[in-house]
Amino acid sequence: MSRQAAPGRFNARRVRGLIRKEVRQVLRDPSNFVVAIILPALLLFLFGYGVTLDPRHYELGLVIEQPTAETGSLAAAFTNSPFFEVQIAQDRRQLEPALVAGDLHALVVVPAAASARAYGGQTAPIQVIVDGSDPNTANLVLGYVELLWANWLEQQSIGHGGMIAPPPISIEHRVWFNPELASRNYLVPGSIAIILTLIGSLLTALVIAREWERGTMEALLATPINVAELLIGKLAPYFLLGMASMALSTVLAVTVFGVPLRGSIWVLTLISAVYMLASLGQGLLISTLTRNQLVASQVSILSAFLPAFYFSDFVFEIDSMPVALQWVSYIVPARYFVSSLQTVFLAGDIWPVILPDTAALGLVSAVIFTVTLMRTRTRLD
Amino acid sequence: MTDALISVAGLGKRFDGGTVEALSDLSFEIGTGAITGLVGPDGAGKTTLLRLLAGLLDRDEGVMRVCGLDPRSDAAPLHAQLSYMPQKFGLYEDLTVLENLDLYADLRELGGPERAERFETLLAFTTLGPFTGRLAGALSGGMKQKLGLACALIRKPRLLLLDEPSVGVDPISRRELWRMVQDLVDDGIGVIWSTAYLDEAELCGRVLVLSEGRMIFDGPPGGMTAPLAGRAFRLTGVETGRRRILGDLLTRADVVDGVIEGADIRLILRPGSEPGALSEGLTGARMVPVPPRFEDAFMDRLGGVGKERSPFRNGARADGNPGKSVIRSDRLTRKFGDFVAASEISFNVTEGEIYGLIGPNGAGKSTTFKMLCGLLKPTSGSATIAGFDLGQSPSKARGRLGYMAQKFSLYGDLSVRQNLDFFAGVYGLSGAARRTAISQMIDTFELGELLGQDAGSVPPGHKQRLALACAVMHHPDVLFLDEPTSGVDPRTRREFWTHINALSDSGTTIIVTTHFMEEAEYCDRVGLVYAGNMIAEGSPSALKLRAGDPDITLEEAFIHLVETSQSGGVAP
Repeated sequence: MSRQAAPGRFNARRVRGLIRKEVRQVLRDPSNFVVAIILPALLLFLFGYGVTLDPRHYELGLVIEQPTAETGSLAAAFTNSPFFEVQIAQDRRQLEPALVAGDLHALVVVPAAASARAYGGQTAPIQVIVDGSDPNTANLVLGYVELLWANWLEQQSIGHGGMIAPPPISIEHRVWFNPELASRNYLVPGSIAIILTLIGSLLTALVIAREWERGTMEALLATPINVAELLIGKLAPYFLLGMASMALSTVLAVTVFGVPLRGSIWVLTLISAVYMLASLGQGLLISTLTRNQLVASQVSILSAFLPAFYFSDFVFEIDSMPVALQWVSYIVPARYFVSSLQTVFLAGDIWPVILPDTAALGLVSAVIFTVTLMRTRTRLD
Repeated sequence: MTDALISVAGLGKRFDGGTVEALSDLSFEIGTGAITGLVGPDGAGKTTLLRLLAGLLDRDEGVMRVCGLDPRSDAAPLHAQLSYMPQKFGLYEDLTVLENLDLYADLRELGGPERAERFETLLAFTTLGPFTGRLAGALSGGMKQKLGLACALIRKPRLLLLDEPSVGVDPISRRELWRMVQDLVDDGIGVIWSTAYLDEAELCGRVLVLSEGRMIFDGPPGGMTAPLAGRAFRLTGVETGRRRILGDLLTRADVVDGVIEGADIRLILRPGSEPGALSEGLTGARMVPVPPRFEDAFMDRLGGVGKERSPFRNGARADGNPGKSVIRSDRLTRKFGDFVAASEISFNVTEGEIYGLIGPNGAGKSTTFKMLCGLLKPTSGSATIAGFDLGQSPSKARGRLGYMAQKFSLYGDLSVRQNLDFFAGVYGLSGAARRTAISQMIDTFELGELLGQDAGSVPPGHKQRLALACAVMHHPDVLFLDEPTSGVDPRTRREFWTHINALSDSGTTIIVTTHFMEEAEYCDRVGLVYAGNMIAEGSPSALKLRAGDPDITLEEAFIHLVETSQSGGVAP
């Protein structure tokens, strides 16, 4: 018998053995590939091509009560706009049912006296009726209609030698960081955060819960292993898997989707690594507490995946949420990660954003790991 | 501190916030030199005790020293000295044999040339050498068991804890494992072997018998059976109706316990009873003294079997037609790819007969069973149930059968009443028929007082009654039982079989699958299934005779018959 190190002391061979075992299992189980490779690709394609938050083709009803040359050019302005599909009528009663039925997003009514009043230098009342059942769409449509109306008035006033009152303020748009305003450019970095959450929390929670279910954890715990070895043996392989998935996602984002990467790879790697730790810690904690694959997957979806989706500024804007929910978002690690990711991809290494985000992520990881270490025992009860 | 490997005093353990007492007031010492059997039915506390000894659980009361250490405070140094093989062997099924060994060698810090040497020794010891590249999940039960043992023996431990190492493993591998472990004991390792098979206990040098968390016996197995000397008998030569006779005998005050054993009845009498009194009035019947077994002693210590008769004794259908074939399996074969799970299985079961399909896990009995239930389409061959061909009218055939699964397959969070309602609905009973059927089951199984309770919270015996009630509510011609009482404590098992015997008496045909040889003894006839083939068929007594000795256990007969069939001897 060979010399045996003092039991309970950290031992590199044990950790190596555990990592090797885990890697073999990962390589042998096709479902891990699905989560680490196929799923990221699928999510990226979904958010890169399928989902777009850019406004396109709203159904608009245009009621022109008294056609004139001016209303004709207004109608043309609406019809030519890429944002609207326009149906024109002379009587609002013709189009109201369609609005009620949800076939139209909005109804624009140009009263008989509108152009006359406008040329008279008065406020020209046009009526916009919007389907408010989807408030986001309603706001967007309203905004576009107003913008289009203002533009048209301005053009008309130029054509008529300034007879129309000029708009009180003139707005010049300049969009920084995402000049085309392509939603893909911020959805793709955001979905990378979702992917890492899935690998970190869900996959890790599942593999450990599986060990409990199959009784192999019991056998492991009866060997001279200690908590640190167990945790490192479990974390290291999935950390690497997550980082590989991150690399794959980045390559896809830049090459396939043309998302710019303005910051440096190193910063990207650093924030991803810190986020990965927070996410893995959460997965570990979940599996330690549940020890059951079904419950672990549900808890990790509810406590990691969904919050990462809702409270990260990925799709839903945190600033427009109620204050209470905004506070909730501060404990969601993905919030900091998405903010950093979008910054690194679209703006560059902006340290005033990245440093606080990284610090916050580090803090969250530290808290989660402390709790995990306290809850993980080399015992069954 | 003593020299004992394990010393335990006043040990107690509770679960669920202290409300469930898993173990109470255990005191014992264990040394080396013999296999110590930890014996008791499921739920007796065996696993909890092993986990406490291994430092995987913390005790609530008492003191314990294992290998001179306290498992509570010195778990790490203790784990360096003991090895623990949990149930299901603790193997990674998606790793190969060698990879499993690799892992445990790393965990136990075994490296260098010693590692290769030790692997070689273990692979030779377990005869797993040719299979090092095979995934553990693809090994047979017996091979998994050996690999689990090899992983536990990576470093020679001082103490080896084995939690039900023989469950579901075929009898031959079981015997092999026993020999291997005996070698370890001779090598100076202390071994605790936990088991729910009471017959296994007889082989141990020393047994600790647990029942409901308490130790009811500590000593050599002979000491357990000694008080039964002269009280165990076999009532032989009973011509017909042995189940009815057993039912009558069990109500007598001088009978402690009785079970069907092949064509005979095994009886345990109260001390000082006159055996002759029992065969009176039974023509041709004789009482033959037999050596008492461990299970007999277990029952005796627990106060014997209940004295109630089964409500099925006055069963609904006594208009039976014995001799009429109810189940006919004709060369049923099922292949999964290249693998033949069941090969040309043929047998007949007549009305009111109890037929057992016996074999280890993976032998093909579940496959056969599923084909007979119409759940799996045979590759070739055919079967009829109560006159309906499963291939042509599977739903009609299924309507004639009742099924009770291995584990408690009722809805634990529904009440007893809701379970009955649900199953009545499943069998398509409605209106008056449904009300009658349910009230009949409530009366028959005396479930009246439990109706409002959650099915999961009633005592095990009542759970089984309820499961049986749900399976027979629609008066099936055929009742399928899938390992109905394996691991169940002997008292509950006896109560269950009282009902089954009575059902069979009233004309219901019963088919049982089990790997549990004690259960097989209760059958009229059994078919031994091994590696997909039916290797022998007949009454338990006939099979024992064929194996050469009427006094051996069915398990020994099984081993013998498997070995004959393997060595080319054709089982007729």
